[in-house]
Parts: sequence; C-alpha cells; structure tokens
Amino acid sequence: MNNDLHALRHILKSYRTIAVVGLSAEWHRPSFFAAKYMQSHGYKIVPVNPRYAGQLILGEVCYASLRDVAQPIDVVDVFRRTEDVLPIAEQAVQIGARCLWQQLGVNNLEADVLAREASLNSVTNRCVKIEHARLFGGLNWVGVNTGILSARRLT
Amino acid sequence: MSDRKFHPETLAIHAGQIPDAATGARALPIYQTSSFVFDSAEHAASLFNLQTFGNVYSRLSNPTVAVLEERVAALEGGRAGVASASGMAAETMALMTILQAGDHVVAAGALYGGSVTMLAVSLRKFGIETTFVDATHSEAFAAAMRPNTRAVFAESLGNPSMVLLDIAAVAEVAHAHGVPLIVDNTVPSPMLCNPLALGADIVVHSATKYLAGHGTTLGGMVIEGGKFPWDNGKYPGMTEPSAGYHGVKFYETFGDFGFTMRCRMESLRVFGAALSPMSAWQILQGVETLPLRMQKHCDNAMGVAKYLQDDPRVAWVNYPGLPDHPQHTLMKRQMRGASGLLAFGVKGGLHRGVKFIESAQFMSHLVNIGDTRTLISHPASTTHRQLDDVQQLAAGVPPDMVRISVGLENLDDILWDIDQALAAAQ
Repeated sequence: MNNDLHALRHILKSYRTIAVVGLSAEWHRPSFFAAKYMQSHGYKIVPVNPRYAGQLILGEVCYASLRDVAQPIDVVDVFRRTEDVLPIAEQAVQIGARCLWQQLGVNNLEADVLAREASLNSVTNRCVKIEHARLFGGLNWVGVNTGILSARRLT
Repeated sequence: MSDRKFHPETLAIHAGQIPDAATGARALPIYQTSSFVFDSAEHAASLFNLQTFGNVYSRLSNPTVAVLEERVAALEGGRAGVASASGMAAETMALMTILQAGDHVVAAGALYGGSVTMLAVSLRKFGIETTFVDATHSEAFAAAMRPNTRAVFAESLGNPSMVLLDIAAVAEVAHAHGVPLIVDNTVPSPMLCNPLALGADIVVHSATKYLAGHGTTLGGMVIEGGKFPWDNGKYPGMTEPSAGYHGVKFYETFGDFGFTMRCRMESLRVFGAALSPMSAWQILQGVETLPLRMQKHCDNAMGVAKYLQDDPRVAWVNYPGLPDHPQHTLMKRQMRGASGLLAFGVKGGLHRGVKFIESAQFMSHLVNIGDTRTLISHPASTTHRQLDDVQQLAAGVPPDMVRISVGLENLDDILWDIDQALAAAQ
C-alpha cells in the first residue's frame, strides 16, 4: 500500500477525478461528507451506487457500476465493506484508474496487492477527506495530530 | 518510504506549526480575532455541517490555539486534542462529553482537591455519582465498577499525594467493563509519562503547570488516544445522531477523533471555556523548552528529596524518585523521571511546617506547581481545604504535609533556603 506522506501527496496532487463507490445521497453519511469536501476542493466527483443510478448526487450523475462510467477515472474511492472490495479493484484496473483508495475501516489486502501489481497506487484504511485536510490544511485547525512537520508553507 | 517518527524534543518545537500560509511567518502568529469570514453562504453551511474544516468563531477553534492542541496531542502520542481555559475546564469537558445523569464514575481517591470537589459535589448535583478508591490497588477499581459506570478517572502521579497509578493495570480493568480510562497527566507532563501508550484512552492536563512552565498563564488540554471503541453500546451519544449538533454521528463521521470533535462541538461550544489565542501562544512559548526543563526539575527535586531524607529535622519525605518510595519500581517502569513535585513533613507537626513555609526567603508560598520558581504550600489548609479530615487522608494529604514544587534555580541555593527555613522552624 502507498499510505506514506510522500505517496499520499503525489496521489492527491496528480489526480483530479474521483469515482466514489458506495456514495450515499444522505447528507449526514461519511461518504457524502467526504465527497462534498473533495468537490469543494476542486475535484470532480463521479458517484457510483446502484441504489441511486441515474439520479444526481452533489449535482453529478450517479452510475450503477464503475463499468458504466463513460469518462476517465483517476481515483476509485471505496466506501464498501472490506469483503466486497476485490471485484471493485478488478474493475478499477479494467477502466484504467490510477489509484485504488480504500476508505477508513476498509482494508482488503488482496485488493491492495491486485491494484499494485497492475501498477495502480493503492491506499488502504484511510479517509480521502481526512488525508487531504492533513496534507493541505484544515485538519490542523481542529486539533488533530497530523504528523506533519515542515519549515515550508502549505501549498 | 515510511514516515519519520520524530522525538519529543523535536515535536515540542515543531508539531502543529508550519509557517503561516499567508505571510510565511516562522514564529506562530497570534490570531487575536473572535470570528472568521465565510467565502459564501454555501461555505458557511459546509462549515456548520462539519463537511469542511475551517474556522468560524474562536470559541470553537482558532488557528493559534489549534497549534497548542496539535502539539500537546503529538507529545502525548494522541490522535487529537482540545484546549480549554484551565485544567479544571479540561477535566469538566472530558467527563461531560461522555457522561449523563444516572451514570457512575470510579475515581482515584488521591486527586487534586478541585477534582475531588468536582466529582463529589458538582457532578453529583447533576445525578452523576462517583466512588473514590485507593489508587494504589487496581483491584479496588475493579471492585467499584457498576453496570452504569461510564468512566474511570485518576491522576498518573497524584498531586500532592505522589501516589502513582498503575496505568496499564487500571486500563485493563476499565476496558474489561467497556469504559474509558481518563488520566490527569499534569504532574509528569508528556515528557515523563505517556498514559495513552500504557492503555489510557483520554488524557487531561492543566497546561498552566509544566507545559507552560512559567506560571503566567492558565490553560488546559483534553487529548484522545483514538483507540477506544465508542460503539460498544454504552455511549449512544457517540454513535447516535447528536441532539447537540444537528444530527451528526460523531464516531461514524470522525472515527478515531470522534470524541475530540464531540468534545469541541458539544462541550466546548456549549459550556464555553475556550482558551484565548494569547494564552495559547504564551503556553506554547513554554512547551518549546519542556524537554530541557523537565530534566532540570527532576534533577533538582531528587537533590531536594535526598537532602530532606538525610536531615534530622524532617519527619518524612514522599518522592517516588527515592529508591525506598513504595512505588519506586512502578515509577521506573512507567515514567522517565519522578517530576519536580515532592512532599514532606517537618518534625514537630503542623505548626513547624507552617513556620517553615513562612520562613522561606525566595521559595514562594502559593498554590501552583510547575513554575520556574520553587513553590511551597500547605495543602491541608489551601488546595484541599474544602475536604474533611477523612477525605484529606484519602487524598493522601496528612495535616503536616508541606508540598514543594522544585523550580529551576541553582540546587545549592534551593537547599540553602530550605536549610535556613528549617532552622527558623525549630
């Protein structure tokens, strides 16, 4: 997995389109929090959830599966149970995604290996919103121990 | 590439503060402002919904205060922290965030007097009952647990009882009952003891003491370890939609810093004991030198303890750094030094102790600890005055106890002042 600071910074700086697999339309769910946060920080969000297929979430069309998405996807962000991740990882490889990102509490090591063997970046058991706020500012305003020590301004 | 794990000396200077994004200022700017502008109505809504991180109003968060929060969290090896206006405010917030009427607390008997009063009197008014137990026996904690117990509270090193808590053993007792162990780590400071690494779940500090170190500024800290399973069924306030913050589920949304977010958005926001940015800045000036100071405090205190132990005018000395202290082995196991605090009795009892205090030349008679200056006090008539005789003894405060918070002056000068004051007390 590529969970170190250098790799996370590279992923979040290089890739701008995030397919959020398992995105909920309910405002108080963590997946909605994370997607709304990333959208407001300039990322293109592509909702993937069969339950809302064809509807709009956060102003974006929701697809039933990754295979239905017509546009190129950089990051596949997974809000699903650990045991359900492997087929999503396979699809991520098939559609040419650059990174498989398993959310906090999602930690499928088989999927991690599969993604890395296909030359994708792979992040496990991390929240995309929390890591973005940790690296680029925001998390440090709510007293979280970010682990970031630096003599350079945040950019 | 794995991330560097920095040492406490480095964290004490750098953690939480990177150069200011707007100006490049290297030292920490003081953001002395009550409020922060929104970019748009949508931005405001996102901030209030906690969907994006940002500053709204300094009672909730402030960029200067946040540096102190992150720095102390880093020094404690914690996940996140919240600062408060005083140590008592920190303790109140830590408890009030998870407790409600009908709940029960098991607490060490040997606590700072204000903490005893808060538990025995103030929280009791709101239907929260506390059982006090002998902090030196982890079985006593186990025996006091009830089905409605929701927190275990103790000091890592008791002030001024100098009683140590076997943190790992008591954490095990608490966890076996599905409740968190909250530890007041004020006296050791994060340099000498890290309760979270030993199994505690939440640490509180009076930052007024060693963290600030200069005796100028009040402040407190609550730090969360991030490992407690708040979804074990005993803390619906952590898992159910928050009535205090429009339906947010704190544990689900913020995970391992969910307690800290709830503490901030419910307790700090509502009770309002926020730390001022100026105070946070002043405390941080002290934190940068904490590693150096704690070493010197420990060295000087050991010198004072040995001197008192050998002095025929002294009845008893209580300092865990001394090899014959009953908990010396435990001290060596879970601390990196016995702190600058010690207690002793002057032969002849209370009136000679009082005369000793009144005869000191530069040692200050006052009720604070952790200052650069050496401080002396008589706990039974000051910090523990609200307790009755039985409660005082349970708190480890015999009537003849003199407390010394050994400062950073020259050791020989401190011993000279002690010697002349002991002589005057005869």
